[in-house]
Amino acid sequence: MSSFVFRQGLMVGASSSYVGDLLVVDGVIAQVGASIDAPAGAHEVDATNCWVGPAFVDLHTHLREPGREEAETIESGALAAALGGFGAIMAMPNTEPALDNVALVSYVLERGARSVVDVMVAGAISQGRRGEMLAPLAEMAALGVRLFTDDGTGVQDPSLMRRALTYSKPLGVRLAQHCEDESLAGGGSMNEGALSSRLGLVGRPAIAEELMVQRDIELVRLTGGAVHFMHLSTARSISLVVAARDDGLAVSCEVAPHHFTLDESACATFDPLFKVHPPLRPRSDVDALRRALASGAVDAVATDHAPHAAQLKDLPFDEAPPGMLGLEHAASLTYEALGADDADPASFFRLLSRAPARIAQVRSSDHRTRHGAHGVSLEAGEDANLVVFDPHERWTVRADQLQSRSTNTPYDGRELLGRVRTTLVRGRLVVDGGTLA
Amino acid sequence: MIDTIRGQNLLSLEGLSRQAIIEVLDVAESFVEVNQRAIKKVPALKGRVVASLFFEESTRTRLSFETAAKRLSADVLSLALASSSVKKGESLRDTIATIDALGIDAVVMRHQSSGAALQVSRYVPHVRVINAGDGLHQHPTQGLLDVFTVRQVLAQRHGTSGLQSRAELFDGLHVLIVGDIRHSRVARSDIAAYVALGARVRVAAPGTLLPEDLESWPVEVASDFDEALDWADVVGLLRLQRERGSGSFVPSLGEFTATYGLTMERAKRLRPTTLIMHPGPMNRGVEIDSRVADLPSSLITRQVANGVPIRMSVLYLTMAGSAEGSGL
Repeated sequence: MSSFVFRQGLMVGASSSYVGDLLVVDGVIAQVGASIDAPAGAHEVDATNCWVGPAFVDLHTHLREPGREEAETIESGALAAALGGFGAIMAMPNTEPALDNVALVSYVLERGARSVVDVMVAGAISQGRRGEMLAPLAEMAALGVRLFTDDGTGVQDPSLMRRALTYSKPLGVRLAQHCEDESLAGGGSMNEGALSSRLGLVGRPAIAEELMVQRDIELVRLTGGAVHFMHLSTARSISLVVAARDDGLAVSCEVAPHHFTLDESACATFDPLFKVHPPLRPRSDVDALRRALASGAVDAVATDHAPHAAQLKDLPFDEAPPGMLGLEHAASLTYEALGADDADPASFFRLLSRAPARIAQVRSSDHRTRHGAHGVSLEAGEDANLVVFDPHERWTVRADQLQSRSTNTPYDGRELLGRVRTTLVRGRLVVDGGTLA
Repeated sequence: MIDTIRGQNLLSLEGLSRQAIIEVLDVAESFVEVNQRAIKKVPALKGRVVASLFFEESTRTRLSFETAAKRLSADVLSLALASSSVKKGESLRDTIATIDALGIDAVVMRHQSSGAALQVSRYVPHVRVINAGDGLHQHPTQGLLDVFTVRQVLAQRHGTSGLQSRAELFDGLHVLIVGDIRHSRVARSDIAAYVALGARVRVAAPGTLLPEDLESWPVEVASDFDEALDWADVVGLLRLQRERGSGSFVPSLGEFTATYGLTMERAKRLRPTTLIMHPGPMNRGVEIDSRVADLPSSLITRQVANGVPIRMSVLYLTMAGSAEGSGL
């Protein structure tokens, strides 16, 4: 019988926060209160001046296995996730081959079950992510898959997207869309605008994203289906989703830390570390996303953790693959974007844990996937997937000291504020004192 | 602002001061004379090694650079890469490391990707990198030879020399750049050079061939091509980059020629002093009528000839940091 007692942290519950203790016994929250008498032998975790809340849930993780294990594996990605405070991560299906059938989904779930965090799987919407024929959505849903996406690219054909929405509706699942119309964005490698024109780089215009957001909102209106909009990057995209939500449509959205931290000016160095799809946008969009985080217009922060082998980021900018690491710095960047010392702890855990857990449908344990409950309220009886975040610790990102197999972080050398101290998943202490336990 | 390219890389004309550009032009003037000697060679870069790295095919620019390097007595390592390791998936970093291992002082590099020369300059900080054209981004020596050619012609007209005139003749000069600006690295370098020297630049093209968000550029957009031709002291035509798919940005080549081509009819209406330029290779009959290309007011062959002294100047200045004696 293993037990842990978290001492004197700010316990950030679903509706209220208070400074106190929290006792975990055998993977379940046993007791909460101002001061707890822990059983003999309980592992003490000092959480003074720290925030204690549900472990983070990432809706958007590229684990690269199977197919590109040189860049990342389920195991290495899970370790990076744990260091970043995540207790559950959603594996994206754009592996090689794509996760578009029961065998491949089962493979990732099996491997995930042996890793240090809960690995959820997003299945592909279309066979081979080719955007032509529906993948076996019902069979994959029966394994516990709750999110489907062709991420890497969006479903280009509106008729296929309509069919996917209609077909998936009774399955109780959600389609997640990478919004970029490739007929407008294809061939582009950075945000389209004055800077891309000056640099002679073909642009990926904001309209490519916004048109697909608008298209899918109308398809949701038509079919009654549910869509989660991934890594939205423009102010206009967010306002489209807000309006659709106000209309009562089943839409949700995430933003990625790089989109609310970095702007397109980073591309002027032609360093492929800053290449990502959708691209980094102008500062005005970055500022709008930061406001949207705090206001609640955005449901979730999702990392879009996208490891790439080093040699691929040594290619010319237009030839290099898009994507950057995200898991290990997402919490710090979210904390900073929420105003650092002024950040609201409830918003922080809403964005990183409670809303993504709701969207991923992992708020209760699932025997098929063997996943515990995430995004919990910090009440007795709940699964103890927890994180301790120290909002005062300063640390410097070092690309060569990250847990990921890849080093393609755009934040190398950057000093960040706020760091994950402890991550507890399935009753196991996987990160303690900011390092793997 | 960069005030000299001495001992520096030359990756872009953006950010170069008037003074930096004048220095390149003035040094080039002294090399014009070398090219007129019976023995067209000076020992300025004797014992130095210049690698000529063309990832994208080119005949004229490559020949011009290699000629320039040889006239300065540099050894030239010429590598045709379009069909070698790059095609096998070798990264830019590995390719340059291999060449660097042979012992080189400078790289003249052309690449189909914008920014490739800047990336390479980060991999080999001890080697001078000269951009000979990167994607749609910049073609600095073309921009320099274009303003050099204009200065030379205007100075002759005013009975002075390029050296004496410095940049005065560019003050308020009307330069019109026409055609496929969106896909043109030459346009980007030309605009930077003309603007730095004090000229006014207008661009004329179908909207689809103008870059996005042109408002932040130091240029005006001509609303009427024929009016702009009348305004212009210099008309710089650009090659329609059909190999980059520019054909699909206009309904047809015929319509492009009819609306923005320098036809014989339009050329006849130009003021007699107006200069006609084209960086080559020309699509005769598309952006320029074949007969117009051969008019006396056309500076096209002069541009080619001036490529050598300009590139000698650029090689000499960029490699000057560690040069032993000028040897001029």
